[in-house]
Amino acid sequence: MIEIRIHGRGGQGNVVAAYLLAGAAFEAGRYGQAFPSFGAERRGAPVTAFVRISATPIRRRCQVRQPAFLIIQDEALLHVPGVLDGLHTGGGILVNSNRTPDELDITTGHELITLPASKLANETLGRPVPNTALLAAFLALTELLPQQALVKALAERFKGDMLERNTRLVERAAGMVPAGRWQEGDHAARA
Amino acid sequence: MQHALEGSQAIARAVSLCRPQVVSAYPITPQTHIVENLSKLVADGVLECELVSVESEFSAASVALGAVAAGSRAYTASSSQGILLMSEVLFNIAGLRIPLVLTCANRAVSAPLSIWNDQQDSMAVRDAGWIQLYCADNQEAIDTTIQAFRIAEQCELPVMVCVDGFTLTHTLEVLDLPDQQQVDEFLPAFSFARRLDPANPLSVGTLVSPEYFTETRQDHHQALLDATAAIVQAQSDWLAISGRDTGGLLRCEGPDDAATGILTLGSIAGTLQEAIEEQGDAAPARLITLRAFRPFPEQALRDACQGLERLIVLERALSPGAGGIVGTEVRAALGVMDNPPQIFNFAVGLGGRDVPLEIYTHLLDAIAKGRGTGFDILDLDTGKLPAETS
Repeated sequence: MIEIRIHGRGGQGNVVAAYLLAGAAFEAGRYGQAFPSFGAERRGAPVTAFVRISATPIRRRCQVRQPAFLIIQDEALLHVPGVLDGLHTGGGILVNSNRTPDELDITTGHELITLPASKLANETLGRPVPNTALLAAFLALTELLPQQALVKALAERFKGDMLERNTRLVERAAGMVPAGRWQEGDHAARA
Repeated sequence: MQHALEGSQAIARAVSLCRPQVVSAYPITPQTHIVENLSKLVADGVLECELVSVESEFSAASVALGAVAAGSRAYTASSSQGILLMSEVLFNIAGLRIPLVLTCANRAVSAPLSIWNDQQDSMAVRDAGWIQLYCADNQEAIDTTIQAFRIAEQCELPVMVCVDGFTLTHTLEVLDLPDQQQVDEFLPAFSFARRLDPANPLSVGTLVSPEYFTETRQDHHQALLDATAAIVQAQSDWLAISGRDTGGLLRCEGPDDAATGILTLGSIAGTLQEAIEEQGDAAPARLITLRAFRPFPEQALRDACQGLERLIVLERALSPGAGGIVGTEVRAALGVMDNPPQIFNFAVGLGGRDVPLEIYTHLLDAIAKGRGTGFDILDLDTGKLPAETS
């Protein structure tokens, strides 16, 4: 089983990101579980969501405390206490940022990869919602599930032009990170 | 057919498959998505149903009561303060023997304000005279919702289906949604013998003098006790159609020769099961998941506890000034056994506090230290208590 934690802010599609990833797992014939941990229900407030992907049914419902990967939808959250807590040794952090990891100037002890996801979304969807681009990049990095599974999960939520734009965004974002970079990592959580 | 669905969405689809004729509800977190999804199914023309928007939960329950009294299959859902605002009507629904199904998306009760999960809300209305069924996961929520309509209509009693707020309602997972034909085969069209009908006038809810009040109470009490058979039957009939075992009154897992048992209700069960499995032979335990809390399945509970040396009752609510609610009832039920297990009682996960995978080892450590022999809150952080009480 692989456990992933997604950090974002209310309004960024954080919970939808988690649902899409678990939905993609289902489309790829795996079991997926996704749920949010809401704070205050308002735009801008930090929101955390959890994803589990497994070949077998998932019964535990506790929050993910030791994720193999972190997906951060807002680079400022890197400085919020607790956001990096529990990340596995060798785990990766994917951050929505227009800057390079060096420019972020933060020491995490983990590999950090950035993607200008809001910018890509703004250009492709016309809205700066970073979740689809980050998920596509995450799947490209980990090769955990085929991109087609993400597109199928998107098709459960979007139709017509918006689905077509999201599909283009998947292709674009997936090509912007080193493919399979996190595939061989010694992630203790990998089952 | 399998789908990746959010719990609330799955519950709405299950309700829709039961062909309700009236749905009335008022939004409250974490119940909102259930009714939102039902409303969408109506708007999309999937469900033909009168959706009644109201100004409060009191009205939502009242509309549902009236709808069933007039012979319609009806449904409502709420949480927390909403359940409490309904409480007067909940007693009326039960006393009038109105077969209504309500989903309680379990949430803590104010004050202090919390939108997060515990089971204080449904526990607060345990004496309203409803059947209460608790779901361990979203598949059980689907299957129990469908069974609830049949149990309600067969027993002429309302059924509250309790699902943990957020932990279940807001979790997306892979779920098997039955098809319409399966549900139609299981659930006959609703026909209410005491239907309000101008052609055949009758009065309901009239004043009952002391000469008859006691007997109506006994009758209601007996109807709830007798409902155990209908709950078990609904489960076995649904198993034959769906192939899924939701547990009848309770579910028992783990080795028969285990000395330790853990009894809980709701969504903690899944985490506990994985936690117990992780310990393997080092610390085997029998996991008893209570599905029916009302009627309280005393005999099934005694059977499930045979051979145990100790039983830990783990619940997500408490009765301030007394202690555990479920624990107290379990103590009373097991007290008449020849060799009852020693009972430990803890509350955990109040107001949405996460119940981690370490829950099982925490419990074993706690009882080894002598905690829980009466009642204790397992995950209490004494450092956060006011100085005079810590």
